Amino acid sequence: MDLKTIPISAWIGIISTTCFVLAAIFAPLIAPYGMAEVVGGVWEPMSATHWLGTDNLGRDLFSRMIYGAQTTLTIAALATLVSFTTGSLLGMTAAVVGGWTDQILSRFVDLLMSIPTLIFALVVLSVLPPGLLTLILVMGVLDATRVFRLSRAVAVDVNVMDFVEAAKLRGEGRWWIITREILPNALSTLVAELGLRFIFMVLFLSALSFLGLGIQPPQADWGGMVKENKDGIVFGIGAALIPAAAIALLAISVNLIADWILNRTTDLKGGRGGQ
Amino acid sequence: MASDTFLDIRNLKIGVTVREPGERPRDITIVHGVSTKLEEGKVLGLIGESGAGKSTIGLSSLGYGRGGVEITGGEVWVNGRDILDLNRAGLNSFRGKEVCYVSQSAAAGFNPAHKLIDQVIEASLEHGIMSKPEAMARARELFAALSLPDPDNIGDRYPHQVSGGQLQRVMTAMALCPKPDLIVFDEPTTALDVTTQIDVLAAIKNAIRVTGVAALYITHDLAVVAQVADEIMVLRNGETVEHGSTKQIIEDPQEEYTKALVSVRSITHEEKVPTDKPIIEMKNIVAGYGSGPKILDDVSVELHPGQTLAVVGESGSGKSTLARVLTGLLPPRSGEITFEDRTLTPDQKSRPREDLRRIQMIYQMADTAMNPRQSIGTIIGRPLEFYFGIKGRKRDEKVAELLDKIELPADIAGRYPAELSGGQKQRVCIARALAANPDVIICDEVTSALDPLVADGILKLLLDLQAREGVAYLFITHDLATVRAIADSIAVMYKGRLARYGTKTEVLTPPFDDYTDLLLSSVPEMELGWLEQVMAHRKMESAGN
Repeated sequence: MDLKTIPISAWIGIISTTCFVLAAIFAPLIAPYGMAEVVGGVWEPMSATHWLGTDNLGRDLFSRMIYGAQTTLTIAALATLVSFTTGSLLGMTAAVVGGWTDQILSRFVDLLMSIPTLIFALVVLSVLPPGLLTLILVMGVLDATRVFRLSRAVAVDVNVMDFVEAAKLRGEGRWWIITREILPNALSTLVAELGLRFIFMVLFLSALSFLGLGIQPPQADWGGMVKENKDGIVFGIGAALIPAAAIALLAISVNLIADWILNRTTDLKGGRGGQ
Repeated sequence: MASDTFLDIRNLKIGVTVREPGERPRDITIVHGVSTKLEEGKVLGLIGESGAGKSTIGLSSLGYGRGGVEITGGEVWVNGRDILDLNRAGLNSFRGKEVCYVSQSAAAGFNPAHKLIDQVIEASLEHGIMSKPEAMARARELFAALSLPDPDNIGDRYPHQVSGGQLQRVMTAMALCPKPDLIVFDEPTTALDVTTQIDVLAAIKNAIRVTGVAALYITHDLAVVAQVADEIMVLRNGETVEHGSTKQIIEDPQEEYTKALVSVRSITHEEKVPTDKPIIEMKNIVAGYGSGPKILDDVSVELHPGQTLAVVGESGSGKSTLARVLTGLLPPRSGEITFEDRTLTPDQKSRPREDLRRIQMIYQMADTAMNPRQSIGTIIGRPLEFYFGIKGRKRDEKVAELLDKIELPADIAGRYPAELSGGQKQRVCIARALAANPDVIICDEVTSALDPLVADGILKLLLDLQAREGVAYLFITHDLATVRAIADSIAVMYKGRLARYGTKTEVLTPPFDDYTDLLLSSVPEMELGWLEQVMAHRKMESAGN
């Protein structure tokens, strides 16, 4: 691949996403103060000691932003992983097996999708014991419905190609057909979708935290930080806007990358030259 | 008309910008300086394989380049002016008035929401050539000249209400209606069944004669163009190979390439005598999809070891369904398949692996028959691994051996299907079938998507492999020339039933039943005046009418 063929928008996306990811990985090294350390007064303005000022309890906002990136990105990534593995495997199985399996899985997914995700998540999370694992699983499963729909649609398309029929005639099992014949041909579409789903996970997590059912304090996370600092807005203090802006910037950056990938692989056969 | 030389293409060069994903766009030239002239009322045939540039040249006479194609040099003089100098408005008033176009797929060329007649007369009204009643009258005349049924009222129908062959003729009427000086026919009969093709061909020829229009006739089939053209230009890779009168090209070709084109399908094959025991026997097969109508009705055929059974018929005759029944993808409603001495399980899913191995299949579209994400080595190697457990180095050696059998270099194993040509792809599919060391290979229209010379190579290879490996072929095709070349026995199918069945000599020797006669007589022959002879002796209307 020629680096010069990457458009400028994609470069912006790649660079800015990389910054977020690096900040998340090396959080303890970069952050000047501890995550929950009270280091100053309440809502101090930006200064040389506190680059982004302090929050509602007098913690350094810059440090909390960096730790927040770590929490938010990790949980969103894990939830995306859960949603993709379950969603795409079940979706492709439904497409390949067909018949009743397809009907039962698809109608179950319809059922889940008919309930507004956020409300559904709120109910489930308030019933289940709190914890990171529960949070990730609930987010992953709810989002898997979208991945299921997409991968089933792509797999149905690939499934009617002659090479899949040839594999069936050879006597290949379903696992081979799904993982070796269909998955490689659906991958480019799924990878582009991966970026978008990841962003929805970040937004979803932030919404849950804002409502108080996501990450629990004192753990820093962007949605929760907006919640903690939102009362400052009344007094003209913009501390809540900083994590909000970070969420928006991350969303845009990942979207720019996803757009570029999607453009490169619009064709189903895609990839290697295509016909 | 301004002059006798109506169309004058001088040193035409056409280029295209290729944009492959992940690579920089690059310019390539697809037509390298082609020149030709066309006189009033004459028909010039442009012939060549895919990629020869024939359609591109045809479209350039309308001053048009399709999909990023750009005319980079030369001149196209029509009626005494260079149309490449015309601006958009000039081109608009020129296209559809002086030059009209008939495309390969009429079904895609008509707007399904409008009546045929409105579309046929649209250009004439748009250019103000005639009034609406005049245009309607002319359209009806043309419908009659093109032997369409009920010429006075057929125009009131919608495109989906007429057959494919009829639609192609309506499209010809559409092109003729504004009284153009030149019509470009771009493979107008290629998508049609053979018995329909001959009707359309005769209609087009008649219409050209009646209206005295000049025409460019583009096709890949030399036998077809020989029936309509006065002159033939043979193209290859965007260059003129040979240009001469139809008589000279057919009877006395000068260039090697033209000679090869003229003598294509000259494969001969001694018919083998049926053995005592067929390897596959299909008895009284009745089959259909879901609860739909019967697609196959009481079909019984036998396939003998090491021999070829050709199943011929038009689209919709049930020949591919017969293959699906044999593979087990479509279990029959009744009837039985015997494989050697035992009954073959009707459903593919419950057949033992050994049975699956012994019956292999090759598809029409090699493109879609190979996973684009697998290397050739993987594609051919998988059956070895799957059926025989051959892995690693040994597998690679076997793959190289198979590649050698299909006359491809061993280093192709590392490449991907998209990097191969059409003929190479089909060879790889043959190798994949051979890898299973089968007794029977089902060939479903394996040569119909290929250029004649490439198809010839594939047929030779198949015959050669049969002689060496003793494999039997169930060969499904609509092309009788192919059947003559390779079959030992023939089953002619018509509307789901066997119209005629027997050894090659039996089937191809008169007296014929009406359908076989129609089918046999419809295959274009490389002979001047063939079309007229056949049309004069027809007993049965083709199914497309």
